[in-house]
Amino acid sequence: MNSKASNPESWVAQHGDYLFRFAMVRLRDEHLAEDAVQETLLAALQGQQNFAGDSAERTWLVGILKHKIVDLIRKKVREPTLVNLDEPVEFAEDESTEAMFDHTGHWATPSQDWGNPDKVLEHKRFWEVLNECLKRLPPQLAMLYSLREISGMETQDICKDLNISPTNSWVMLHRARLSLKQCFELSWLGGERVGAR
Amino acid sequence: MLTCKDASKLMSQSFDRRLGLMEKAGLRFHLLICKSCHLANRQLDFLHQLCKRIAAKPEDIVSLQPGLSAEAQERIIKELRRKQDEQLASGD
Repeated sequence: MNSKASNPESWVAQHGDYLFRFAMVRLRDEHLAEDAVQETLLAALQGQQNFAGDSAERTWLVGILKHKIVDLIRKKVREPTLVNLDEPVEFAEDESTEAMFDHTGHWATPSQDWGNPDKVLEHKRFWEVLNECLKRLPPQLAMLYSLREISGMETQDICKDLNISPTNSWVMLHRARLSLKQCFELSWLGGERVGAR
Repeated sequence: MLTCKDASKLMSQSFDRRLGLMEKAGLRFHLLICKSCHLANRQLDFLHQLCKRIAAKPEDIVSLQPGLSAEAQERIIKELRRKQDEQLASGD
């Protein structure tokens, strides 16, 4: 056994929490995140001899975890309860996006000034609000948004993975972003400002 | 002339693809003359920065502080041991 690799059981103590949080913000589901950590460590054990030891152990594990997360999302997207992306659904302009504009294409309500993200980002509740707002989206929209914005995957890779056209992905992401904008206005920054008055 | 709705599509797509020169110019002009779109654009950027920050520093998130539950840790260690035994048995 490679002496550079530490005892697999100590991985849980040393990296378990880190890997779990990394998976949680991307999967937003405790059980899926635990599964992702478990599958990562089992795959790491299997491929231990491939660990060159020239990168940090954590970096190596995170590299495996990223693949596991995409696998889990892909599986989830293909669940029959969700819209099947194998038969591309063209997300036309839907009512929720439509309702944000008047008949002349202007915003129905003026946008709010949220200020400087650096300052507001110190707000401890941002993750909870994002999570709540993502829950209100159709699941496939939330997953697409999460892959793009939190995992930072390239659009072309996501399209290949989920079998959707680039045009469709842009329509879906536009819808997701506008819905989140509206949700944040209603539930977080907007509400706070009203409360501060 | 772009409507706000058109402009919002370009704002969103600018995160996902390189806009054409005409699209860029049209959007820039619209953002100059339309306060609501200027703010909307900042909101979308805000959400983008927020996601980047969450992805980069999940350990800052208070509700995720507890990390893996004791049960999950135990389960994972058990699975790791089982796999190690399998590997030993197969002479790996």
